[in-house]
Amino acid sequence: MMNNLLFVIFPYAAVLLAVVATAQRYFKSGFSYSSLSSQFLESGELFYGSVAWHFGIIVVLIGHLIGLLFPERVLWFNGVPVRLYILESTGLLFGLLALVGIVSLLIRRIVSARVRAVTTPMDVIVLVLLLIQVALGVYTAIFYRWGSSWYAAVAVPYLRSLLALRPDVQLIAPLPWVVKLHIVNAYLLVAIFGFSRLVHMLVFPIQYLWRPYQLVIWNWNRWRIRGQAPALSQQPVEASEPIREPMTRRPAFTR
Amino acid sequence: MDVRLQISMVFHLDKCIGCHTCSIACKNVWTDRKGAEYMWWNNVETKPGTGYPTAWEDQSKYKGGWEQKNGRPELRMGRKSSRLINLFHNPHLPKLDDYYEPWTYRYEDLFDSPEGADQPTARPISMITGKPIDIEAGPNWDDDLGGSPVYAANDPNLEGFDEQQREELFDVQRLVFFYLPRICNHCLNPACVAACPSGAIYKRGEDGIVLINQERCRAWRMCVTACPYKKTYYNWSTGKSEKCILCFPRLETGQAPACFHSCVGRIRYLGALLYDADRLLEALNVADEKLVEAHRELILDPFDPHVQAEALKNGIDDQAIEAAQRSPVYKYVKEWRLALPLHPEFRTLPMLFYVPPLLPVMARAEQGLYDTSDKELFAPIDRARVPMEYLARLFAGSNVDPVRYSLKKQYAVRLFKRMDTVGDIDRALVKRALQEVETSEDEAEQIFRLTSLPTMTERFVIPPSHREEALAMLTEDLWEEKGGAGLGFREPPTRGA
Repeated sequence: MMNNLLFVIFPYAAVLLAVVATAQRYFKSGFSYSSLSSQFLESGELFYGSVAWHFGIIVVLIGHLIGLLFPERVLWFNGVPVRLYILESTGLLFGLLALVGIVSLLIRRIVSARVRAVTTPMDVIVLVLLLIQVALGVYTAIFYRWGSSWYAAVAVPYLRSLLALRPDVQLIAPLPWVVKLHIVNAYLLVAIFGFSRLVHMLVFPIQYLWRPYQLVIWNWNRWRIRGQAPALSQQPVEASEPIREPMTRRPAFTR
Repeated sequence: MDVRLQISMVFHLDKCIGCHTCSIACKNVWTDRKGAEYMWWNNVETKPGTGYPTAWEDQSKYKGGWEQKNGRPELRMGRKSSRLINLFHNPHLPKLDDYYEPWTYRYEDLFDSPEGADQPTARPISMITGKPIDIEAGPNWDDDLGGSPVYAANDPNLEGFDEQQREELFDVQRLVFFYLPRICNHCLNPACVAACPSGAIYKRGEDGIVLINQERCRAWRMCVTACPYKKTYYNWSTGKSEKCILCFPRLETGQAPACFHSCVGRIRYLGALLYDADRLLEALNVADEKLVEAHRELILDPFDPHVQAEALKNGIDDQAIEAAQRSPVYKYVKEWRLALPLHPEFRTLPMLFYVPPLLPVMARAEQGLYDTSDKELFAPIDRARVPMEYLARLFAGSNVDPVRYSLKKQYAVRLFKRMDTVGDIDRALVKRALQEVETSEDEAEQIFRLTSLPTMTERFVIPPSHREEALAMLTEDLWEEKGGAGLGFREPPTRGA
């Protein structure tokens, strides 16, 4: 019963909540979509916290995603011990990086008076949940060895059963409680996604790379307003014909 | 030819008295809000001095503006990909302390303190943390301290000046300073637009005003670094960048922006310029000292029938063309060549121009004597208290020629009016002075009139913005919008969670 609640109903509810809240917020309240950077108020500590956190968590998340998409490939890759060690140590390294980052960010939020001034309760909730999540992940990586393999073999089939709308809780029943907590906490993060600053990851400005530098926007299109494109836009006006009597020219001045 | 219209500005520095009325007008209208207390969309600096934020002109520190790389302009802060990598921590972001920590006073202590031996005081408290602070800097900390070794000596524009030049500039006997009011330049090649990863910043096609879409800004804060004039600001409370909007709700209803309207010295002029957008790149790809001329070349003659036809083709209406013909900016910048852009070497093509100050050039104290006599024509200009090189650093990419021309011309106009009103100057001398800057008595009279006696409608020539037609594009029911002025948010501007 508890398993069904936490590992079947909760994930669906969390995803539904995240999708609805995020979309509603994007379309109704674009103003609230912001990374809410506090670098302007405190920059030194942020460097260690933010850079370590972001690069660490991005690599770790991509690792989770690859495992979810190509579990057989991951298992095959891990078939050779050296490759397994490389994968595991890379994951652990970036996990530790993220852990150092999130701890540093949390300390910064508590210590810096200026940053405290812009801290909302949700900021604290997000930081604490992320800290728990990463700490559990790192703990799992250290004490339940070769997670990259059993993740692909045990957790991924469960996640895929969720995605396929045929949830099978039995798949993860034998997992230790630390890992289960890791999974539930992840759902919790998904649930609060739309209500927190986490939404900023959805607006990562990748389109900037192929956008031209300058951006000009016209609000007023006189051709559209006056119903038709006047002859002017189709055939060039005689260059010698002034549009109206030009104002008297000031005394000619050349230099 | 791609003709576009730009609302442009001229500030006549000889008329600025440094009263800061413009700054206050702007502050009261736009930045008197939480998170914006430290912002001064309009500020007035003392030059020589370090300005606000401190030493903003030092691009080796702030990395603002453009530089030429392999024959094309590239942002000084690096290529596009570097912006995405630096999203998590922008290494060149100015910090709050580069501006100042905004404060107020605990006034209630004056009333609520218990009775005691001492007078109660109102302690300064930070407007960010609410805690008592020691005030160490303000938005105008070096006001009127043009000669001070603490502030003025750190002016980035003095780089390359030798010991003797510095000594002369800061010698108490010939001390001089002038004011530099600054707002957003609404550039033709804005670095803030180019640096914004979200595409939230844009230039309005109709009038060239550069704006930040508050609903698309995601606080990546690259614009703050990119703007070499440091005229985009990060609102630490809402998590959105903000900047001068040239009071577009006022412009759209035919009024001058608040800072223009309130200017006590009447130093500010506003009007339309037509320019050729096709040639922007061409104008940017010249050496520093040729930038002023290239910039001027972009500006088109609104009296030229060919330009008029091309403008019409681009949707610029005839009323706007007529406004461009009456534009005081066109006269100062293009016709009279008196006004120059601020730091053209940043290569953003700023559309706010300055008439460099003539300042007290006539008189100097020498061996205890205050000497105002000079036999030689224009000699005082070359011996002016502010070295021409300093003004050239500010207004001409270190090219002295455009500055000297502007000063000579202003001086010639003065001689002409002196002859006209006092009559103690020989007409032949005046004629020679006018000839040397290739101008006529007629034009000198016009310069005098627009400089000294302009009416409000001569200073501000605002083309109609056809708001009613822009609205008609958005809504069927114009009646509902009647009386509106383009203000307000569709949602309250509160900080996101």
